[in-house]
Amino acid sequence: MRPYDAIVIGGGHNGLVCAAYLARAGRRVLVLERRERVGGAAISDQLFPGFTFTVYSYVVSLLRPEIIRDLELPRHGLHVLPLESTLTPLANGDHLAQWSDHDQNRRALARHSPRDAEAYDEFGRTLHQMARAVKPLLGTVPPDPASLAPGDLASLARLARHFRGIGRGVFHALHKLLTMSAADYLDEWFESEALKGTKSASGIIGMLLGPCSPGTAYVLLHHYMGELDGVFRAWGFAKGGNGSVSAAIASAARARGAEIRTGAPVARVLVKNGRTTGVALESGEEIRAARVVSSADPRRTFLELVGEAHLPGELVEAVRRFRFRGASAKVNLALDALPEFTCLPGRGAHLRGAISISPSVEYLERAYDQAKYGEFSRRPYMDIVIPSMIDPSMAPPGKHVMSIFAQYAPYHLNGGWTDARREALGDAVIDTLAEYAPNLKSIILHRQVVTPADIERDVGLSEGSIFQGELSLQQLFSVRPAPGWSKYRTPVEGLYMCGSGTHPGGGVMGAPGRLAALTVLGERP
Amino acid sequence: MLRTTPFHARTAALCASHAWRRWAGYVVASSYELSHSREYHAIRSAAALLDVSPLCKYLVAGRDAACLLDRMVPRDVSRAGIGQVLYTPWCDAAGKVLDDGTIARLDDNVFRVTSAEPSLRWLEANAAGLDVSIEDTSEATAALALQGPSARDILEQACGADLAGLKYFRLTPARIAGHPVTISRTGYTGDLGYEIWLDAADALPVWDALVAAGTPHGITPAGMLALDVARIEAGLMLLDVDYVSARKALVASQTSSPYELDLGWTVNLGKDTFVGRDALAAEAARGPAWRFVGIAVDWDSFERLFAEAGLAPRVPLAAWRTSVPLYAGGGQVGYATSGVWSPLLKQYIALAHVQSRWAAPGTTLEIEVTVEHRRRRAAARVVKKPFFDPERKRA
Repeated sequence: MRPYDAIVIGGGHNGLVCAAYLARAGRRVLVLERRERVGGAAISDQLFPGFTFTVYSYVVSLLRPEIIRDLELPRHGLHVLPLESTLTPLANGDHLAQWSDHDQNRRALARHSPRDAEAYDEFGRTLHQMARAVKPLLGTVPPDPASLAPGDLASLARLARHFRGIGRGVFHALHKLLTMSAADYLDEWFESEALKGTKSASGIIGMLLGPCSPGTAYVLLHHYMGELDGVFRAWGFAKGGNGSVSAAIASAARARGAEIRTGAPVARVLVKNGRTTGVALESGEEIRAARVVSSADPRRTFLELVGEAHLPGELVEAVRRFRFRGASAKVNLALDALPEFTCLPGRGAHLRGAISISPSVEYLERAYDQAKYGEFSRRPYMDIVIPSMIDPSMAPPGKHVMSIFAQYAPYHLNGGWTDARREALGDAVIDTLAEYAPNLKSIILHRQVVTPADIERDVGLSEGSIFQGELSLQQLFSVRPAPGWSKYRTPVEGLYMCGSGTHPGGGVMGAPGRLAALTVLGERP
Repeated sequence: MLRTTPFHARTAALCASHAWRRWAGYVVASSYELSHSREYHAIRSAAALLDVSPLCKYLVAGRDAACLLDRMVPRDVSRAGIGQVLYTPWCDAAGKVLDDGTIARLDDNVFRVTSAEPSLRWLEANAAGLDVSIEDTSEATAALALQGPSARDILEQACGADLAGLKYFRLTPARIAGHPVTISRTGYTGDLGYEIWLDAADALPVWDALVAAGTPHGITPAGMLALDVARIEAGLMLLDVDYVSARKALVASQTSSPYELDLGWTVNLGKDTFVGRDALAAEAARGPAWRFVGIAVDWDSFERLFAEAGLAPRVPLAAWRTSVPLYAGGGQVGYATSGVWSPLLKQYIALAHVQSRWAAPGTTLEIEVTVEHRRRRAAARVVKKPFFDPERKRA
């Protein structure tokens, strides 16, 4: 049999995307997944009979449209259902609602501040323009600005032309967004605390930073770059949960000839004379290939799978300093009935969208304060969806599942994570949410709490970092994951990286997997 | 959910068509009857009653009220007399139009501003350091338009006052059914007509009184479809249809200056300062690149296109609101943004943006016409706006 042209380590969405692109180009590809199933952090699981949980990641937006097109994902089962609203319940029994319909949204905001309702359109326009300005970067292999190589110069020149075309105003706005905190940036636009709180939450997702920490405004934009049907800032829910995103990509990869082996943990990358020759599994089996692409994060790839002996000291140092600091937890619930929110009782449209516990910037910053000193937030920020309201097949008829993303739950918890601490975090989440939906505790049939330590152990993401490393500016673009190694290549010839730890980073985006594949193939994106 | 206007109890009962349209977050009737035709003809031959409550309305008051508005708009607000109403666009610093509306001087230091889009933030942004209060009265104030040749007779009877002295673009306080109202001789139809401003709480009795007084004169509640035909005949532009607010534009080419919208007459460069003045002065000196003109489609040419397909010509009886290319000299030179068959003028007319060199009245252009799924071109001519301008409008 023909030997493999490439082995992809890890069957998460980026590994699968990479494999699908390589197979599409006629390469013989093998994906090796440690667990018994593909998907990594994008899986759906029936942890309680009849109830499907979106265990880790739970919404789609950032998945690149070109990947959906190139891999024909809708033909492989991807069906994204719209999430049309965000509800922010407030402590005083009131609420802030944001809707996808312009008139409805304007009216809902004007109840809190007519100025904010007017500013909202301009804010949206500015972020749209900035998302447009930054969008080409998502599809570009980052050039090295310090390099004089023709490829780097050409790529820099293309970017320079692009940025010259975006106009002064947008450029200045972008400068602000790259340097400010989410809280300060939003203060320039809005006066309503609930609106600022909810908007700033996009700036702290997956980060051990508060909304007042500089650099968080960029993360706000990162989440704005999601595109569905050509519209920026559109979020959706994949029918069947995010496991069906992974399943669709895996199906597309297989249809193009890729092989996928599950239950096949890789122990190390084989290196000989500075070149990779394949991988060795934990079982002792060795599989040969001239090219190996790792979707594991930089720490696991370099320090565990390759080993320091094969790497320059500088890179080893940079990888050691690369910040992960997972800060996010998930609480997944099987519910006997719908939660009843005091602020908006009944089975309304608001239960088909996101529900955000983010009443003010101060609330979020206080939640961060505790995490800063190694405790989890007693009153955390939460982003909640009720998948069974969007896709009824997620739960038995009349029953529901609830996905709660909660922050902050720092990986480096004082005293470390134990079963007792995990359940205490779960209690804090439920207690806080029950303040807004008092019937919650009485309708819980099953509860799963996932801490960063669990994510690290089960999914293999270092420190439970959902982005394979913080999206802070010192870890983005030309320096992600390390200066000089932003182009998916490594010091080991034939070894590439394709995980979220590479440009442009995390979210169920798939861009690193695609760009890495194109790099392996020697194609320009 | 969408809002209903203070007249909804009456308009909903009348709306046999069940055809509603959104306007600034409210629902208003597209037409009450199954076709808008009779409602349109009422505007031109009797009187039509239109619910225009969704307009944004602001009360600007205080020692510096005139100063604020003078800062904001290109027209000279200080020179307006009490009881005078000014139509005006207003611009951003680049001299591109943000919105257009009216400014009514209710008293020396009290103005009512109307706009298509919410403008509280823009008013406040321009009020920095001024002694002025700005109140959003959009919801508290209801508004009706009574438009058509019989409008004066009906209104005089309803308010028991002589309106002969009320000149075009002037207003007067009055009472209808005992409720205080403000009557302005303004409108969006280019006909004799009035707009009536009242407390939202008084909406239903005022509506009823007008209908009672107007019934012998053929008063007809009319919806947005009828209004759209009339406003195109009157050459009046509509935000989001005929032009894009500079606030919403994603690229500079989507914006328009007052000169480019044929509103140069509103720009008073003699004023010391107002938002966009420098940019507009520069544009006035070099001449605008675009013009907003009236277009009349040549009937023979239009008919021929249909004849070639074996069909009788089919004219648009309801106004369209899409961008339709205009050609001249072998290339595209502009685009029409609103068009309709004028039932009164018996002419296919449109409002259009054209490059300045093609804007002189009488210039021959071509307009794209789709005949049986095929794109064809009919001859068209640039004509003076308004297409319809009866003497009674001002008399």
